[in-house]
Amino acid sequence: MRSYWVKTVGIEVNGRKIDWVENETIKQLLRRMRYTFPLVVVKINQKVILRKDFPDVVVPDNSRVDVIHMISGG
Amino acid sequence: MNKQKFDKIKEKLRNSSVGIAGAGGLGSNAAVALARAGIGRLILVDFDKIEESNLDRQYYFLDQVGKIKVEALKDNIKRINSAVKVEILNQKLEKGSMEKPFHDVDVVIEALDNAETKTEFIEEVLLKLPDKPVVAASGVTGYGNSDRIVTKRFGALYMCYDEQAKSSEDDVLLAPRVCLMANWEADLALEIILGEDSGY
Repeated sequence: MRSYWVKTVGIEVNGRKIDWVENETIKQLLRRMRYTFPLVVVKINQKVILRKDFPDVVVPDNSRVDVIHMISGG
Repeated sequence: MNKQKFDKIKEKLRNSSVGIAGAGGLGSNAAVALARAGIGRLILVDFDKIEESNLDRQYYFLDQVGKIKVEALKDNIKRINSAVKVEILNQKLEKGSMEKPFHDVDVVIEALDNAETKTEFIEEVLLKLPDKPVVAASGVTGYGNSDRIVTKRFGALYMCYDEQAKSSEDDVLLAPRVCLMANWEADLALEIILGEDSGY
């Protein structure tokens, strides 16, 4: 039986499939998505990325990114 | 009622603990719900005093205005279920040590008000206590449209979330929605402690 290896270039952000951009940081991705919320928790493939690392962490291909908007009130 | 299931749940909850960061609208109502359900131990952390304006959504009474929130909340819980062990910390959670009070609880509930503090708290607990289940809420303002609320799970983080709600700076905080979210958080804590409800 033949096995196939299908290369997919793309990432999923909050359930939306978008193109993967090489060397794109989280900060750049948030700008590309037009996410302007000041306060977000970002997870890449279930790992939480701290806000201070947004300018340095590069989004890998095929990753699943979750951006949660933190809203005041309690 | 399924008595066998009920007894099993009571026994498990009696031996479980929940830490709550904040004793305002979310924290006070979540704490009372967990106390009524029969949680064994609660750790409550808040620095604030009760103001009359809090009574539109927080689990306090007119004759408690001016009192320290965690002390008043402990009193209220004891009037409902004296078996709950209630540990209180009347202090502000400071950046760098926010996870400290919550090392030995089964579940942490984020019940803070300000988005910045919420974010800091979640980041710090997830980072320093990586396996600790954290239940958080975002989007507690307004009224109606409550079927927009969903639970989103990201590893150990469980978010009770309405992404379309506005910030409390631009909208109102009212008891029904705030208590819904608080009880949603408490219910998620039960689910984490007891495991998914099999129906039996």
